[in-house]
Amino acid sequence: MERIDIHPTHSHENFKLRLGRPQPFGATIVPGGVNFSIFSSHATSCSLVLFKKHAKAPLAEIPFPDEFRIGNVYCMVVFDLDYENLEYGYRMDGPNNFQQGHWFDPSKILLDPYAKIIGGRDVWGVVPDWEDIYHHRGRIAFDDFDWGNDRALEIPPEDQIIYEMHVRSFTRHESSGIKENHRGTFAGIRDKIPYLKELGINAVELMPVYEFDEFENSRPNPQTGETLYNYWGYSTVGFFSPKAGYAATGKFGMQVDELKTLVKELHKNGIEVILDVVFNHTAEGNERGPTISFRGIDNKTYYMMTPEGYYFNFSGCGNTINCNNPIVRNIVLDCLRYWAAEYHIDGFRFDLASILGRDPWGYPLANPPLLESLAFDPILAKCKLIAEAWDAGGLYQVGSFPAYGRWAEWNGKFRDGIRKFIKGDGTVGQIAQCLQGSPNLYAWAGRAPATSINFITAHDGFTLMDLVSYNHKHNEANGENNNDGSNDNDSWNCGWEGATDDVGINALRRRQIKNAIAILMVSQGVPMLLMGDEVGRTQNGNNNTYCHDNELSWLDWNLQTKNAEILEFVKHCVAFRRSHPVLRNPNHFRNQDYVGSGYADITWHGTKAWNVDWSDGNRAIAFLLCGKHAKQGTVEDNYIYVAMNMHWQTQWFEIPGLPPSLQWHVFANTGAVFASNYLPGTEPVLENQSGILVGDRSVVILVGK
Amino acid sequence: MTFTASLEIVDDVAKITLAGELDAATAPALKEEVEKAVKQKVKRLVLFASGLEYMASAGLRVLLFSKQKLGADVDIYVVGAQEFILETLEKTGFDQTVILVDKYDE
Repeated sequence: MERIDIHPTHSHENFKLRLGRPQPFGATIVPGGVNFSIFSSHATSCSLVLFKKHAKAPLAEIPFPDEFRIGNVYCMVVFDLDYENLEYGYRMDGPNNFQQGHWFDPSKILLDPYAKIIGGRDVWGVVPDWEDIYHHRGRIAFDDFDWGNDRALEIPPEDQIIYEMHVRSFTRHESSGIKENHRGTFAGIRDKIPYLKELGINAVELMPVYEFDEFENSRPNPQTGETLYNYWGYSTVGFFSPKAGYAATGKFGMQVDELKTLVKELHKNGIEVILDVVFNHTAEGNERGPTISFRGIDNKTYYMMTPEGYYFNFSGCGNTINCNNPIVRNIVLDCLRYWAAEYHIDGFRFDLASILGRDPWGYPLANPPLLESLAFDPILAKCKLIAEAWDAGGLYQVGSFPAYGRWAEWNGKFRDGIRKFIKGDGTVGQIAQCLQGSPNLYAWAGRAPATSINFITAHDGFTLMDLVSYNHKHNEANGENNNDGSNDNDSWNCGWEGATDDVGINALRRRQIKNAIAILMVSQGVPMLLMGDEVGRTQNGNNNTYCHDNELSWLDWNLQTKNAEILEFVKHCVAFRRSHPVLRNPNHFRNQDYVGSGYADITWHGTKAWNVDWSDGNRAIAFLLCGKHAKQGTVEDNYIYVAMNMHWQTQWFEIPGLPPSLQWHVFANTGAVFASNYLPGTEPVLENQSGILVGDRSVVILVGK
Repeated sequence: MTFTASLEIVDDVAKITLAGELDAATAPALKEEVEKAVKQKVKRLVLFASGLEYMASAGLRVLLFSKQKLGADVDIYVVGAQEFILETLEKTGFDQTVILVDKYDE
């Protein structure tokens, strides 16, 4: 029987209309038409503005009849729309009073916060028409992708090895060798899946892929005249739309299908997809920023306002999303559910996540409703939730982020601790914690080692090559007089600032890179690699390349040849981690023998076996993992011994004895004349089983089997 | 340019020759022809696409619809599609649903 609610009841000019459904918000294809639904608690009227794709002037404006408003939701079905060639927005009227926080302006056309595709920046870097009356245009998405049998991979958190990358930087360089029109796109990443697989990582973390405007705050580089962009995209225009300019098919409006195809292919290859999401602020910026969406729809609801009507700026980017307002909480939840269900996303990393725990006046909440909702949500139940547990307003919550047993954290203290140790600060106590998954931060609260996302480098800050090549940041090319970017880098240039021909310095830098990778890969928790560190990528000392769409940011694939030895070392260390479950424990060490092996799960050693000098200034430490305790004794593994000598002099390490019948084998020695590293399983026997000479600033990894 | 889709069924093979612009407005016409082929229980569907000027999301989706209607064991060939259409099919994953060929040999 035919339904009786598929026929129009109203009309406006040539358009046939009917009362719509308030849920879901956004534009939804329904039988015979499109259901439009948008919320505003303070608007006094609302019109739907329709454009033919790319047209300068609207095709029509349809005011919502009074009877089409349910509560604070305007909802309407428009019949017979050619929705593939359509763009839509809204015009809203209401109070305009700065101090009260109301910014209604009926001269503006507003983007639907729930738009699933956004046109207007279809192809990366094409200069927009600044006279356009509507820049970021909502479009209607097909949601009928053929997923086959795909599903989120649900890799146990402690088994993850994350690769943090920028979509465009990964393949934009011509040396990527892929088709020209795939460079810098989702399709380009798909072309390079074999590389990622060979590297051995099992999760990619994509820097923001929600629609953003690369032209936001774009300006000429004062040194070169080249355009500086909003390149990283930490400034969201639309939370439900993939960045069109990241899709080779963006010009056809097919970015949704292209990104889904990438996710499906990565999953087929055992690689999870984590999105870096920015819910702390939007592209509308401060009081002088553009009106794109929220500001004209319900300014006071979506943003944190001072009593005087200004924006609070806990993000350092002009405004702060009012995350713990009940309405805003729902849009965040709707958004993440959409990405988890519709795009099969495996996890999310929340930029400046501490803002998500602040109340509407900016005070940190003890039990933030948003974080709690996300942690207990049924649709997000298997998604990884990772917090960047600080914000630009001074909140630093590494170790204390409200976790509800679910939230992991970017461990900034791991980064700082390992950096200090590697450059020779002698912080053995601190790195002992780092190596164990930071129990000092997490064990007391019952949080697992995988809570700790271990990283030494990330997009913010130096690359690994620059960490060992520069004492100071060199950000002049950003055009901010070197004032931007962090000053706390804990870096050491090994004797010369920047590139050098000095053979000794270059050898030391390579060794330091290997030391860092080795320590990262034998630490409990979840290691994260920064794109390009596996091939010694440099940014010439720039520690904040947020604005550079050029070789400073792009991955140069020729480095694979130039730094082949680093790449091989990284691959071997990743493979080593993957083949040894004892490095990936789901629970913290107990410092005792609870399986009867005669060895505690972890024991600490120095240059003398069973003896550690814990005093500050000591730079030599070693540990032994008992293979019988791997994954709490549920699987059998080898014994692993790691000696780290960050002293400038070679030291003899006495090695703890193994059970009879087992022998020590050398997996890696970063300080050997021909730095040795082997594929797991092929390691040669160590000649002298009672000790080993560990070179200055070197790491040795032994396997007892 | 207007869209045309002409169907010819020989033995177990349905052949549809496409010309013009395949988008949301014209996709239903192709869908109709595919449904006719489904009724005839064909073993193969061949789409001659060299005359296609444009294919948007809705057009691509008819391919998927065809696969679902015809069943997994019925192969769908897209013959002689222009470069940009091939590219779009590849990048959006539709190339996993259909077989792309330059020429079709009986």
